Amino acid sequence: MMASGQSSASGPAFQSSYTPAPEHRFNVGDRVRVKASFPPGHRRTPYYIRGKVGEIERICGTFRNPEELAYGFDGGPGKVLYRVRFAQRHVWPEYRGPARDIIEMEIYEHWLEPVKGDA
Amino acid sequence: MNDTRFDYYAAKKQAHEHAEHDHGHDDHAPVNEHDNGPPSEYELMSRAMQEILEAKGVVTAEQVRRRMEQFEEDFPFRGSRVVARAWVDPEFRKRLLADGRAACAEMGVQLESERLIAVENTPEVHNVIVCTLCSCYPRALLGVPPTWYKSRNYRSRVVFEPRAVLKEFGTALPDDVTVRVHDSNADMRYVVIPMRPAGTEGWSEEKLAELLTRDTLVGVTASRVR
Repeated sequence: MMASGQSSASGPAFQSSYTPAPEHRFNVGDRVRVKASFPPGHRRTPYYIRGKVGEIERICGTFRNPEELAYGFDGGPGKVLYRVRFAQRHVWPEYRGPARDIIEMEIYEHWLEPVKGDA
Repeated sequence: MNDTRFDYYAAKKQAHEHAEHDHGHDDHAPVNEHDNGPPSEYELMSRAMQEILEAKGVVTAEQVRRRMEQFEEDFPFRGSRVVARAWVDPEFRKRLLADGRAACAEMGVQLESERLIAVENTPEVHNVIVCTLCSCYPRALLGVPPTWYKSRNYRSRVVFEPRAVLKEFGTALPDDVTVRVHDSNADMRYVVIPMRPAGTEGWSEEKLAELLTRDTLVGVTASRVR
């Protein structure tokens, strides 16, 4: 309980590690597949979304790489972070809600691969 | 260890004895899934470390307790003020949607996260927030997250049966409303801008803020005039 890792929010001294992402591989609306990869270590890509196909919803910017930060490294080089939108019925084949329902989450560029055509 | 508050084996034995007689114990704190079963390795390590530090006179139990209490004071619930402003000021609403962190800073709310994404509920779309990987939450805006937000039940179910979970919170949505779930799984934090209820025309920001409870800003319920 002491190790919450949550720093105080008071004070304006907060240093943002965010930088815009002038160089990005994907654009809003691009269809992408989350890599169906299962490496060990600290990953921010939920298991349930690996291998699924979605669409870039927005480009969030460049952030320090959490896969490195988790082990005390400086998180460089930064990684481009995207928000990706998925159809719930695609993510969960047994999804019982209507086809219009969606789920969105943040995926780092190195976890995404382009999807061509209707794949 | 001569203080039984920290003696988990004694606590566990007591819990077991309770299980064997059948009268109810209403004086127990609400069941928290983290309290079920034996303590985790990290909990034991943390307890052991605290005991060593106390024994060496580095910290006192009172200081630790005070720091835990302080967490709540570090992160008061301020989201209602920000969203009420968005309800009455269309230009502020645009800025909040474009850059949530900057819009909060305008109102003196300095966020701990890099980026805040505000999402609007409309007659067509209902938004709900979760963090499946842990319990990411915009604490500087919404305060300390509720126990249910951190529960395995909420985190695992709201992603694949959001309509059923929302219904349990009293929010039944028709099929022609899109349910948009946001998994707050990395660097973004989220806040929902609920729909402003009918009948609140001309209300002051302060009065409107009262309708913007914590749960409406996570998206598990709608703002209602009570």
